[in-house]
Amino acid sequence: MRKVKSLKDLEKWREDILLKEKRHEMIVSVCGGTGCQAYDCQQVKEAFQKELTKTKNLKEKVALKVTGCPGFCERGPLVTILPQDIFYQKVKPEDVSEIISKTIQKGKKVERLLFEDSGAKQKLTSANEIPFYRSQMRVLLSRNDLIDPTHIEDYLSVGGYQSLAKALFKMEPTAIIEEIKTSGLRGRGGAGYPTGKKWEDCKKAPGTPKYVICNCDEGDPGAFMDRALMEGNPHSVLEGMLIGAYAIGASQGYIYVRHEYPLAHKNAEIAVQQARKVGLLGKNILDSGFDFDVEISKGGGAFVCGESTALIASIEGRVGEPRSKQVHTVKQGLWGKPTNLNNVETWANVPLIIEKGSEWFSSIGTEKSKGTKIFSLVGKVKNTGLVEVPMGMTLKKIIFDIGGGQQNGKKIKAVQTGGPSGGCIPASLFHLPVDFDSLTEAGSMMGSGGMIVMDEGTCMVDVAKYFVHFLQEESCGKCLPCREGLKRMGGILDDITEGKGDGESLALLQDLAEVVGDTSLCGLGKTAPNPVLSALRYFRSEFEAHIHKKRCPAGVCTPLIQYSISDECTGCGACAKICPTQAIEGKKKQVHHILTELCSKCGSCKDVCKAEAVMIQ
Amino acid sequence: MDLKTVDLIVDRHQEKRTALISILHDVQDRYKYLPIEALKVVASRLRMDINEVYGVATFYKSFTLVPQGKHSITLCLGTACHVRGGPKILRELKSLLRIEPGQTTPDKQFSLNVVNCLGVCAIGPVMMVDQKFYGEMTSIKAKKIIEKINNKPSGVKS
Repeated sequence: MRKVKSLKDLEKWREDILLKEKRHEMIVSVCGGTGCQAYDCQQVKEAFQKELTKTKNLKEKVALKVTGCPGFCERGPLVTILPQDIFYQKVKPEDVSEIISKTIQKGKKVERLLFEDSGAKQKLTSANEIPFYRSQMRVLLSRNDLIDPTHIEDYLSVGGYQSLAKALFKMEPTAIIEEIKTSGLRGRGGAGYPTGKKWEDCKKAPGTPKYVICNCDEGDPGAFMDRALMEGNPHSVLEGMLIGAYAIGASQGYIYVRHEYPLAHKNAEIAVQQARKVGLLGKNILDSGFDFDVEISKGGGAFVCGESTALIASIEGRVGEPRSKQVHTVKQGLWGKPTNLNNVETWANVPLIIEKGSEWFSSIGTEKSKGTKIFSLVGKVKNTGLVEVPMGMTLKKIIFDIGGGQQNGKKIKAVQTGGPSGGCIPASLFHLPVDFDSLTEAGSMMGSGGMIVMDEGTCMVDVAKYFVHFLQEESCGKCLPCREGLKRMGGILDDITEGKGDGESLALLQDLAEVVGDTSLCGLGKTAPNPVLSALRYFRSEFEAHIHKKRCPAGVCTPLIQYSISDECTGCGACAKICPTQAIEGKKKQVHHILTELCSKCGSCKDVCKAEAVMIQ
Repeated sequence: MDLKTVDLIVDRHQEKRTALISILHDVQDRYKYLPIEALKVVASRLRMDINEVYGVATFYKSFTLVPQGKHSITLCLGTACHVRGGPKILRELKSLLRIEPGQTTPDKQFSLNVVNCLGVCAIGPVMMVDQKFYGEMTSIKAKKIIEKINNKPSGVKS
């Protein structure tokens, strides 16, 4: 790897890389994201490696790249052939020789691996034709399937570190801050604080050294946007941090990666090492006189560490307890020094704004929420994965046009946004645009971008209980309302789902929720009641059914349900065989029945029944 | 117990107190858990009170003070996995292994843990067995995976 000591060196290197890449007639990119790894993409990559070496001249002509996540995880392993832009999904190692002999050598498509649009009954070649991608606006994620995140050369070949060069040599630090301010970029971690304003405050704060931090402690359950960015394009985050540090006057940066993201940690580590090796981190970067380095800090599996003051405590090697923010971290943060903390997606937006200008950025989105936003569209929806759209797109468009609507014939009834700080939005409000402000009025928030779709098979009381227990477990325990209040709320919800709720349960729950929100110190506690309050606001009838009718309408809360077998039963015996408590009786080819007193309500019978004869009441 | 490795780990982090969490991660990578003897060495080398080190080790969920089994089963119970049937899989795992989350089977073969989100939400419910991810889990699949490991003492092959 060469050393770049000046802007000229950097540009010369980029030219050489592009020249070298010209030799390749084709690129085979195999997704190496965590989602595709679960589907053994590693073996697909190895099969390509083996087959490409076998055939003469192919190895020189075809470049094989293991890239980051293109977002359509449930269809993995994903393989894209460029420049033809052929998108293959669910590729298995045994498909590889056919892809090589047909597509790579003869230019023909392997039809069976193409995506089929079930509506139009048509095979689609390019990713952009697929409904899941068609309505998206992929800016941040656009490079994820083009580059190998472990090769800095790949990032340079798509124009990487050009924005840094522009910032260092053509812009004054104050002009950079002005550009970010004008762009309207707001923090993607969930709070939506104006990024440029934060940078300006940190720059003006007295004290040296100053620090910048990248928050990759994406703890919201159901969200994985930051993981995909850090795994798939870590240099874009690093470039954003470099530009921010230069503008603010910081000389040291930290990337705090959560422990549960081993690949993101590894790729961030590789990116930092490579950048340091070539001279894009360290002393006198590109001979500009600017010094900056980055260290990677690993989290310990605590949700509360996504909160800035708790995260800082964790980097300092202490217990991750938040502190009062009377004095903000931009004035007194890491080791008491001015510190600017932004999340992964915010940092990744910075090089794009510097490259394309604030005008371009602010032309996307709504009046108060500019740019694109990545969402993790998951749960009970047909197409799941990462979705990048302009701010302000309606929930309906995201869930139905991109997500393809319901999954298993069950009607979609809500979407949970904003993680444990957000709430459930009912289908009747799906006309709402998704931006920093609209969802707050509906009792939820956009948050960092988790979007968990729920259908008739989801019990909203169970979801409220899930979040309260989640938060109770993750509460750091520092202040009483959160530590004890959530425990009591959990107790009330346990009672309701077990059929022990009474006429006073809901009023008590509501009161307690409001007290916890009003009196907690940090964001975790302050927003903790949101999932419960929003469920009570929109799905009160479900709570009442549990309390007064001792019934769970969605068929989820085990103490309130019973399994039975309908006349649709073909008598195959699969359910009797799998039942762990021998609670199913019946003769072969005759309708079976469940002995309620023996049934443990594990649901295995329902899982194996091909005739869909097992019913929940 | 050989504690030389602990010294080497502390050396590598230049005896920095601020590196405590990283040190504990490295110690756990080596021993698969945090032995109390190792915590004492860390505390003395960093000139910290053992209580402080213990406080950090017990605050963060990724650390464990009990020895782990040969195979680690981690079930994700994030929101997406929860609504897609994660709790049902947990019930199956608990009844198969006869242990609660956080515990290890008496034959030291399996440790069962639950985690609040592994970030592989699009293919939930997700389970991780010995660092390998499995997506779209059902209780039947979970049972098969455990049975496969039991029949193959060398570990899981996908």
